[in-house]
Amino acid sequence: MLRAVSAFTSPLLPDDYLELINPLWSTRELRGRIESIERETPDAATVVIRPGYEWRGHQPGQYLRVGVDIDGRRHWRAYSLTSDPGRPDGCITITVKNVDDGKVSPHLVRRGRPGSIVSLGGVEGTFLLPDPLPDKLLFISAGSGVTPIMSMLRSLAHRDALTDVVHLHSARTADEVIFGSELHELRERHPGFRLHEQLTGEMGRLVPTDLDELCPDWRDREAFLSGPGELLDAMTEHWDREGDPGRLHMERFQPIIGGDVEEGEGGTIRFLASDSEGQSDGGTPILVAGENAGVDLPYGCREGICHTCVGELCSGQVRDLRTGKVYGQDGEMVRTCVSAPEGPVEIKL
Amino acid sequence: MTTDIENPLQGLSPEQVQAIGREFDQLHDEVFEELGDRDAAYIRGIIALHRRLGLLGRVLLLGSSRGPLWLAGTATLSLAKILENMEIGHNVMHGQWDWMNDPVINSSAWDWDSASTAEAWKHSHNYVHHTYTNIRGKDKDLGYEIMRIDPLQKWHPVYLAQPLYNLVLMALFEWGVALHDLDFDAIRAGEKSKSQVKRELKGMAGKAKDQIVKDYVAWPLLSALVMVAAERGAGALDGDKLRSGRRSFRSTLWADVTANIVRNVWAHAIIFCGHFPDQTYTFSQEETSDESRGARYVRQLVGAANIEGGPLFHVISGNLGYQVEHHLYPDMPSTRYGEIAPRVREICERYGLPYNTGPFFRQWGMVQRTIVRLAFPGGKPRPKPGPYRGDEGSRATTPDHDIAPLAASS
Repeated sequence: MLRAVSAFTSPLLPDDYLELINPLWSTRELRGRIESIERETPDAATVVIRPGYEWRGHQPGQYLRVGVDIDGRRHWRAYSLTSDPGRPDGCITITVKNVDDGKVSPHLVRRGRPGSIVSLGGVEGTFLLPDPLPDKLLFISAGSGVTPIMSMLRSLAHRDALTDVVHLHSARTADEVIFGSELHELRERHPGFRLHEQLTGEMGRLVPTDLDELCPDWRDREAFLSGPGELLDAMTEHWDREGDPGRLHMERFQPIIGGDVEEGEGGTIRFLASDSEGQSDGGTPILVAGENAGVDLPYGCREGICHTCVGELCSGQVRDLRTGKVYGQDGEMVRTCVSAPEGPVEIKL
Repeated sequence: MTTDIENPLQGLSPEQVQAIGREFDQLHDEVFEELGDRDAAYIRGIIALHRRLGLLGRVLLLGSSRGPLWLAGTATLSLAKILENMEIGHNVMHGQWDWMNDPVINSSAWDWDSASTAEAWKHSHNYVHHTYTNIRGKDKDLGYEIMRIDPLQKWHPVYLAQPLYNLVLMALFEWGVALHDLDFDAIRAGEKSKSQVKRELKGMAGKAKDQIVKDYVAWPLLSALVMVAAERGAGALDGDKLRSGRRSFRSTLWADVTANIVRNVWAHAIIFCGHFPDQTYTFSQEETSDESRGARYVRQLVGAANIEGGPLFHVISGNLGYQVEHHLYPDMPSTRYGEIAPRVREICERYGLPYNTGPFFRQWGMVQRTIVRLAFPGGKPRPKPGPYRGDEGSRATTPDHDIAPLAASS
């Protein structure tokens, strides 16, 4: 049917016309409409987004890449989804903390308007609640690190599973506790939910040795940790020494692209569709290596988000330049903008 | 006016050529620094306008067996196709809008309503033509390998027929361009692998099929069905209704053929006026070996010619009336060409360089005269206008639409 209709619109797609009526009716890219922007703290706001019909849902704890057009250019950022996947109105939410000299966050927090359209990249992240749910849970968060945990708490509340949950959350002042009133409400309604707010402005930072006092049975709990790097490092060390590191799950906030990942071995890339070859030193993405060799390759965000650049891997393995992970099976779709070859590869592009 | 055809580069010192390179680079960077919402809104607006016009034209043509609807539908569809090819397709595939980071309005993803595949066209146009512009023997758009457009091209008896096949090319321009993209010379010389040729032919066949099915089967058939359905209310299917269905099919088919021809003739005219009027220079391969950045800018500047016109003219010609500016900066958003034109003219004036321009019919007339004259042996390069002498007294004083902040200094 769609093919028959496409015969009338080629080389455009039928939805290129439908999107004149509603921008969410596009199969070229997943989009969402901002329904409302709700202030959480003086410098954080929750953006409620209605996703297009191709939205496949998310799991609590995952993050979403959001593309926003600013000064004519599309910028992509990753934000933890803060909504309960079972939200009845079908909307999703992200909660954004304003970074004054940032590009995207002020745009969303300060200047965002209901009705505007954003692009939605893929849902990613392995910071997830185990299935089946463990009996005892411990959440430790700081600042905007609370965002993935909020999605988990909302989902647990929705499933009536806040039976034995401890949440230790740090913020500088009471005003700066994102979701403060909702957390208090959860505490009222669910006797099994114990909340400790560490207001670091008066009480100082939460340190691992506080755990014995705040949550004496921390060793028996499945722990979920989200916040700045120092907190994660300190807690990891503590669990390594005194607990069971296997029970500590964490989210390094804002996935880092092109971080301190050591470089791989690189290799020759054979572009099958254009019958040409490129070379990567291990730090150069396949996309750039191809462009350097004069190959005309598709690209979009160039940060591993929009999937415009994907090509089918026909042989060899690639290294994800963001994580250093080496992977790849024949037939797998790889993002050429964030992957470097690990040895010789062939790609159908 | 001077009759010698010395490359204008000859009159410049190496320092001047270097300075020209720097000035044009700077102008480029200034504009790219400024790109923003205004530009993005423009191209999105034009794309939405094209889709609305296209749809409107198609819907009007569902009633194409009625004369006024045929006329209105064909005119609307022609205009939509012109916008799609010129201001949208050509410019998006040049990468003029890649800076927006939009995955769809992007040279690597775009395809157009034309017989050429995006891939083949980008190679023959963006790479071959824009890199080797007006270098004899290297720029394959110089006469498109089938015409003698420069007196320095060797004459061959086949060129006697060029005034005639130029008319055919006008009408069937998109198909001519698609064939030209294949680059028969390169195939003959064995520069293309068999698999590449096979892939290109397959791509072309796919595009050709889609184009033919859409314009000459699907939409005419839909008109016929709509017509039969509309008359069905008045009784059973009979010979009369079938006849009116057939009539409707035929009239929509002719409307689509006409719209494609209108678009083709227009595109042919604009493109031929870009490089083949008398004012433009061509270059030998020796002249352009080891070319510096500044010298490349000068070659692009004098190898192209503008067409004067109002804002509407520039939009429906894809801003290729600013062919000179386009050749200086092929990847600059087309909206900016008119804005930088005064700056470009000012640079020309300061360095004593020509700035080729003229009204549409004069430029077009010169091109036709050249095609007829050079069908026969001989012919001399036409006299050149010489250095640009400022806006006063020159016919190049068409008001530039959209005077922007950039134009303030001129």
